[in-house]
Amino acid sequence: MSRSANRRQENHKISRELFVLTYGALVAQLCKDYQQDEDVNKCLDDMGYNIGIRLVEDFLARSAVKKCRNYSETADIIAQVAFKRYLGVTPSVTCTKWNEFSLILDKNPLVDFVEELPAGRSSLCFCGLLCGAIRGALEMVNLAAEVTFIHDSLKGDEVTEIGITFLKKVEDKKKKKNK
Amino acid sequence: MAIFSVYVVNKAGGLIYQLDHYAPRAESEKTFGFPLELVLRPHDERVLVAFGQRDGVRVGHAVLAINGLEVNGRFTGDGRDVLEYLSSPANFPVSIRFGRPRLSSNEKLMLASMFHSLFAIGSQLSPEQGSSGIEVLETDTFKLHCFQTLTGIKFVVLADPRQAGIDALLRKIYEIYSDFALKNPFYSLEMPIRYPLLLGQEQQQGPASPPPVTGAALEAAASSPLNV
Repeated sequence: MSRSANRRQENHKISRELFVLTYGALVAQLCKDYQQDEDVNKCLDDMGYNIGIRLVEDFLARSAVKKCRNYSETADIIAQVAFKRYLGVTPSVTCTKWNEFSLILDKNPLVDFVEELPAGRSSLCFCGLLCGAIRGALEMVNLAAEVTFIHDSLKGDEVTEIGITFLKKVEDKKKKKNK
Repeated sequence: MAIFSVYVVNKAGGLIYQLDHYAPRAESEKTFGFPLELVLRPHDERVLVAFGQRDGVRVGHAVLAINGLEVNGRFTGDGRDVLEYLSSPANFPVSIRFGRPRLSSNEKLMLASMFHSLFAIGSQLSPEQGSSGIEVLETDTFKLHCFQTLTGIKFVVLADPRQAGIDALLRKIYEIYSDFALKNPFYSLEMPIRYPLLLGQEQQQGPASPPPVTGAALEAAASSPLNV
């Protein structure tokens, strides 16, 4: 697992285990704090959102990606550049509709040490933080999107599939009212 | 110094960071007898030299201090109108310090938001669709370089017209911003970036001191553009 630390111009890699265990501890603590799965999921999504809005600048600053001209390019960049950079895996992208894409992860690094979801937590979205992060990052470049888990390996599916649905593009030009 | 200033403007056009890196300003202090040979004129909130350039005092310089007491806009340190003070012979001989006027922080805020609007106009004026905004603004004394990120933040650098490598500097400043401002959990997006205490300390220690904070890092980047 590699993540850039705040050192001058060096990409320090931290231990993959440290990252995965930290994430696991975070989710476990949230499960202790909240009774309902929906609350935990919402909390993870919010945290992911806050991470995403900041991470996107780091991503754009360090990987010289050009402005994407369509949704398909955007999804490709997310899968091939962003995931590779931050999680070390490259999901494959499939397009179901003109504005709906799926990222299919054969191997989800965040659930390395998780056997299965605990009893009574069957609707917990363990990697909900990822969805929030993607959503936050896209929002900062004026692409409103809904990001959810379509398939989750922890819930018995074979692969982990993240679905991105691009909503109407947010116009960032201010329309001045006639005074 | 080849880099004069750095401005960081947020999406709404507000200035969130500003750094001045001017060379030592040309200032001159002289003693004058009545009547004053220079023609002074009020302009905005300052008293400027309109005519009568001599020695180190140039047209456009502002009155910075009178008899050692710093001038407050158009008024002397003790509250009297500068022009009035200098028109009565009883106050002479007087020692006046002239120099290039410094922009106040309000003026910088205003100029940054004005630039933000001009940037948008620049992209709308373009005959081609999807043009970028203003990238370079050139005058005879400086060149302004602007880089807008895909998220709408603008990094503006004012540099010597002959200075090369500003594009790399702008990218570097973007990286520093993403590292020190955004990764700070207590920093709210779009808000002014302030690290006053550490900035003072780090400026003395220089760029080699860890951990570098936004101001010092930007200062270091600005002072060594060729190393970027």
